[in-house]
Amino acid sequence: MTKQPAIELKNITKTFGKVVANKNVNLTAYRGEILSILGENGSGKTTLMNMISGIYFPDEGQIFIDEKEAHITSPKDAFSYKIGMIHQHFKLVDVFTAAENIVLGIENGKYNLKESMNEIKSISSQYGFELNPEKKIYTMSVSEKQTVEIIKVLYRGADILILDEPTAVLTPQETEKLFDILRRMRDDGKCIIIITHKLHEVLSLSDRVSVLRKGEYVGTVNTAETNEAELTEMMVGKKVDLNIHRDEPKNTRDRLVVNSITCVDRTGATVLDNVSFAAKSGEILGIAGIAGSGQRELLESIAGLQRLEYGDIFYFDPKTGKKESLRDKTPVQIRNMGVRLSFVPEDRLGMGLVGNMDIVDNMMLRSYTKGKSFFLKRKKPKDLAMKIINDLEVVTPSASTPVRRLSGGNVQKVLVGREIAASPTVLMVAYPVRGLDINSSYMIYNLLNEQKEKGVAIIFVGEDLDVLIELCDRIMVIGSGKITGVVDARTTTKDQIGLLMTKSDNDGKENGNG
Amino acid sequence: MAKSNEIKHREPLFHVVKRDDMPQWQAWLIRCATILIGFLLVGILSMAITEESFGDTYQIIFSGVFGRLFEGRTTMLWKYLQEIAILLCLALALTPAFKMKFWNCGAEGQALMGGLASIFCMINFGEKLSYPALIITIIVTSIIAGAVWGVIPAVFKALFNTNETLFTLMMNYIATQIIAYYVYIEGGGSNVINPVAYGNFPAVGNNDYFVNIVTVAAITVFMYIYLKYSKQGYEISVVGESQNTARYVGINVKKVIIRTMLISGALCGVTGMLLVAGKDHSINTNLVGGQGFTAILMSWLGQFNPFIMVVMTAIVVFLRIGVAKVADTSHLNSSFSEIIVGIVILMLVGCEFFIHYSIKFRHSKKEVKA
Repeated sequence: MTKQPAIELKNITKTFGKVVANKNVNLTAYRGEILSILGENGSGKTTLMNMISGIYFPDEGQIFIDEKEAHITSPKDAFSYKIGMIHQHFKLVDVFTAAENIVLGIENGKYNLKESMNEIKSISSQYGFELNPEKKIYTMSVSEKQTVEIIKVLYRGADILILDEPTAVLTPQETEKLFDILRRMRDDGKCIIIITHKLHEVLSLSDRVSVLRKGEYVGTVNTAETNEAELTEMMVGKKVDLNIHRDEPKNTRDRLVVNSITCVDRTGATVLDNVSFAAKSGEILGIAGIAGSGQRELLESIAGLQRLEYGDIFYFDPKTGKKESLRDKTPVQIRNMGVRLSFVPEDRLGMGLVGNMDIVDNMMLRSYTKGKSFFLKRKKPKDLAMKIINDLEVVTPSASTPVRRLSGGNVQKVLVGREIAASPTVLMVAYPVRGLDINSSYMIYNLLNEQKEKGVAIIFVGEDLDVLIELCDRIMVIGSGKITGVVDARTTTKDQIGLLMTKSDNDGKENGNG
Repeated sequence: MAKSNEIKHREPLFHVVKRDDMPQWQAWLIRCATILIGFLLVGILSMAITEESFGDTYQIIFSGVFGRLFEGRTTMLWKYLQEIAILLCLALALTPAFKMKFWNCGAEGQALMGGLASIFCMINFGEKLSYPALIITIIVTSIIAGAVWGVIPAVFKALFNTNETLFTLMMNYIATQIIAYYVYIEGGGSNVINPVAYGNFPAVGNNDYFVNIVTVAAITVFMYIYLKYSKQGYEISVVGESQNTARYVGINVKKVIIRTMLISGALCGVTGMLLVAGKDHSINTNLVGGQGFTAILMSWLGQFNPFIMVVMTAIVVFLRIGVAKVADTSHLNSSFSEIIVGIVILMLVGCEFFIHYSIKFRHSKKEVKA
């Protein structure tokens, strides 16, 4: 059988100001195959796909659908070419049911929910989706929402499907299920394009891989004929050692003890439910879990940003050994108590840094109150900024450049650099390598290892289970605000963690399933 | 599949592309060019309506602002500076609130309350207190009055997260009605308060407005330093950029909101005082004359930088006075001046679009053979 090209891109170029997001990209995807678009963050994968789905319009170049030139100027146009994109961030109406979301915005034909329901069911059974079309979105798990998004584009008759990092929010088990469905679609003759930066997924799922690097097209290889090392080299442009260094923890002692804390959010829902654990000095404690399971609230409770309903948090001073309670303390009070607690939050530019301020002013954020003067002292922050720029190789025009103009990796270096410069005894990091290129990621791992060596208690909230298993000493799994298990990172497996991640969910619905 | 082939799509004529990289000098070049085009337009529009020549129109505008050569020149110039001072002072007052992303639309009302405090002191304590004591009382009470008017919406914002835009706007109407009532009571039904002789700011040399101008000049320098070099100014920026970051570093957001609005309201109160004690020596509901709203634009156009605001207010006040003279000469309605100033301000706001975005026209295709 000869392969029939579904979509062809020729010399596509797209620039945003001075930033070249895509430069002369040529790409072909065939019917009945799964094509992976692989590249580091910022390599232009999403931009490229957004041009196919009508969100952006290319500055140069042409797009061919079924060997005819196409001008896709809006998502509506994309639908008329039977292109469907499943975005990283779902675009669903929370208070509607799955079926209502699926039929929403379809113009021709009447609004007949019953008929649609049948069609949704037939699509579901054809590809093996598990979905109750009458379930409301806000009661759904992330993976169910994703299912709705996929059925939505299939319902509209899409036969070219683009998925943007679909596995980022899924457990290993859910990922496998999704991959099975995608394989079934491929066998049905659909063209599937999946954007990812996870190598093992590329290798297990796709037929061919196209690699982008810094907006430029590097090449396409058949998955069967390649391996992780070759793909990494294509992606980064040089050979990279993918092993994460890990020492045995030394002199571990309880540094931070969290004692059955419970938190509720604004709506009164419990976000942390009776959480207890200890973070030890000289050790990296990983926290795994589906996004939004209470990781953020947990770190914010410790940092004094979240009110506790019950429970207590104790800090053991490394010098005096004194035990102090951090409950009901504000960040300033915690700092004044002499607790050197550093926190790299998940939202870097929205919480950890101020995007419109320059590096120097961002250095002051934690320390500007020092001294009685009415005026700011910019000398020390300036020196610190220069030191971090030099030591961590931050790429920036100058220390007075607003940090929002820096790339993701450099923003994170500035933030982590500042938090480490405070010589912490407890260091909390949330998704510290999200959106970072491979080199920056490894620099962050090294910095964390250095801190571990110095006897800092590190709490690492991560999403990539491979990284957690390679970097951490112990991994605590959190599910729906409860701790579902603590495992030894050196002996555990991804499947074990994956099961723990969804454990409390099953407990709630099926009354103990294991 | 046949369906998709029938669709005829053409590339759009142009599309808008965001840019983030325009160098400062180029941005300023665009702004200056806009101002020049604005001035040209002012001349052309005036010509079309008044049937004077372009040169004559501008002669009238200049004479309106600066007076005729050798004739009343200094007094006209001082009047011009005084007008700049008032608008600038309101813009400066709004700036810390705006930097905090607290949309204070109540400069009008806060200034009116400051003015009310001044006139109240002038009328009631004028004969009882010595001149220095009276002046001090006027200063203190107007600052307090403006600050109170500004801090009420801030407290509600901090405690109940009310919408400050609507709240401050509503406070304007209340202030206007209070003034109307006061004028009715004090004016004995005539709805006019005759100029009060007590508590007027002293003239320096022959110049009545000297005190006003120097005061605002000092406030300009103070505000620049306060925003850029003080810890409080830094806190304002952090709260404005991201309340989450502020929480994260332990800034008390509520305290900063209230403190900043105290300052913003107080400076509006000062403006009201300058208008009453330094200029009108009387009060009516039209004391501020809508400048509290123009000041919002001045603060924005000045990009929250006090020194750029000086330039912007100078341009706007120049046009306002100058075109009013044109309207006067040609017996036009006074709205003419407001329309013209409105158009130029609109152009200045609009030119920011070209600084942040560029327009790409339909490109010539690079031919690629399928």
